[in-house]
Amino acid sequence: MERPLTANIRPDREPLDIDGYERAGGYRAVREALQRMTPEDVLAAVTESGLRGRGGAGFPTGQKWSFMPRGEGAPTPRYLIANADEMEPGTFKDRLLLEGDPHLLIEGMIVSAYAIGATTGYIFLRDEYRLAAERLRRALAEAAGRGWLGEHILGTGFSLDIHLHTSAGRYICGEETALINALEGRRAIPRTKPPFPQAVGLWGKPTVVNNVETLCNVPHIVNNGAEWFKGLSRTDNAGTKIYGVSGKVKRPGAWELPMGTTIRELLEEHAGGMRGGYRFRGVLPGGASTDFLVEEHLDAPMDFDAIQKLGSRLGTGTMIVLDDRTCPVAMVHNLEHFFAQESCGWCTPCRDGLPYVEQLLAAIDDGDGRFEDLDLLEMHTRHLGPGRTFCAHAPGAMEPLQSALRWFRDDFERHIAERRCPYR
Amino acid sequence: MLSPEEVAAIEHEVALYDRKRAACIDALKIVQQRRGWISDEDLRDIAGLLEMPVDELDAVATFYNLIYRRPVGRHVVHVCDSVSCWLMGTEAISDRLRERFGVSFGETTADARFTVLPIPCLGCCDRAPAMLVDGNLHADLDPSRVDEVLERYD
Ligand code: SF4
Ligand code: FES
Repeated sequence: MERPLTANIRPDREPLDIDGYERAGGYRAVREALQRMTPEDVLAAVTESGLRGRGGAGFPTGQKWSFMPRGEGAPTPRYLIANADEMEPGTFKDRLLLEGDPHLLIEGMIVSAYAIGATTGYIFLRDEYRLAAERLRRALAEAAGRGWLGEHILGTGFSLDIHLHTSAGRYICGEETALINALEGRRAIPRTKPPFPQAVGLWGKPTVVNNVETLCNVPHIVNNGAEWFKGLSRTDNAGTKIYGVSGKVKRPGAWELPMGTTIRELLEEHAGGMRGGYRFRGVLPGGASTDFLVEEHLDAPMDFDAIQKLGSRLGTGTMIVLDDRTCPVAMVHNLEHFFAQESCGWCTPCRDGLPYVEQLLAAIDDGDGRFEDLDLLEMHTRHLGPGRTFCAHAPGAMEPLQSALRWFRDDFERHIAERRCPYR
Repeated sequence: MLSPEEVAAIEHEVALYDRKRAACIDALKIVQQRRGWISDEDLRDIAGLLEMPVDELDAVATFYNLIYRRPVGRHVVHVCDSVSCWLMGTEAISDRLRERFGVSFGETTADARFTVLPIPCLGCCDRAPAMLVDGNLHADLDPSRVDEVLERYD
């Protein structure tokens, strides 16, 4: 089984230096793209490959890039930003790439910047990822030293600088327009779309923001072609995926596997099944902002389309497992506490609605809930749902709640009827 | 007053961006690293250097989890309180901190040694529960491991 994204990652996670990386075939895609392909060729290869964004939303990468204005008279400079602000609870996949193979991200950024005509790149990294920052800094210096970055790369007309920006911790910075505000030194609140960042982005110039895992796929697509990339997957959604499992399983971890690996296989084979004494109750398939799935969904392939069909989202592909001895109400309370705290406060429904939802859940969790509270919660899942708020933060927050009210309704009702938490 | 070293470090960052103010998070972090937190006076000085309104810099400074607008202890302990850590027992970790140091989230120990704060997911959910001490990650925690780790910071 091919594992292009993690092929260089060693068990001790010590990354390859530039010599090791080049010996392993690294920076070949830069040569291929810059010397033998036009930017349009690279764009076509990525579009053709069917690569979809790995940050959570799953938007087709080639299509995103195609919104960049092209040709004579298109505004310059243009920017490429790697979104390395991984902060979705339960998600730890980009860290693996950032720490384990920083040159792969840099190579992905060079090829992608070439395709979209960007001359400056930023890696927007969360400040808590200290080890990643250290390794990226070293890798950037090495790449610049070899001439993979800077003026006239490989003697071509293409030049690129990449800077590392470390942020200061706020979930909303993962939203691409809030990230752009943060990078400009403003409060990180989302911007209205349209205009999309590809037209009016960083400092008003065309900008593409891509997730780390997305960018890391690009060199491999250039080297091996779109057909190869599609062939990596078990389903129609192309490529491999870095999946992860956390919670009370025997071996929590992250693994690169074919897109479309089933939830059951991830849980049982890779994560080793549930720990002794615990039984599977449900799972958030792709981080905190996805809907719970339950036992009847275990054979679903983990890809964008299949998980969406079940009413949830692939999200980041890193699953959080709920066991039978953990209270689902308390778990949702924990999740909504996070979302209420991390709301940027820009729009009223989210700023005021999420703390209210959190309070209702706290009351139910503590045995002080009323049956009417369940209707209030249901109402909020609609009023904070898609289209009601400025960005996807609040709708994302409603996903675990609405699905918990559906799959674990009995637990909510028992808390209210018995005036206590039955798990404590 | 910002020291010459602080000014030099901030100007180094300014050069990486197309606009001065873009370096404001870096500037806040540079000053905080040396002084522990950002006072009103520091805020004014940084804003002056970056030619941005003080209020706007404050809006940035108060937005982020890792910028402190109030004094903190010698060491800052950030305990992850997000979902995977919670599932794996983060509450036992904060209980232990409360027992041992007499502090809850947001508080500083009487000897000004530790400030304890909650933090969202540290991207280390496979080794939950996790915490940072002065930015260094400690994972696979249990209450006795917490004691062991904190011994190293005096
Ligand atoms: S939905 Fe929430 S996070 Fe998004 S803009 Fe509104 S307040 Fe901010
Ligand atoms: S939930 Fe604590 S590290 Fe992810």
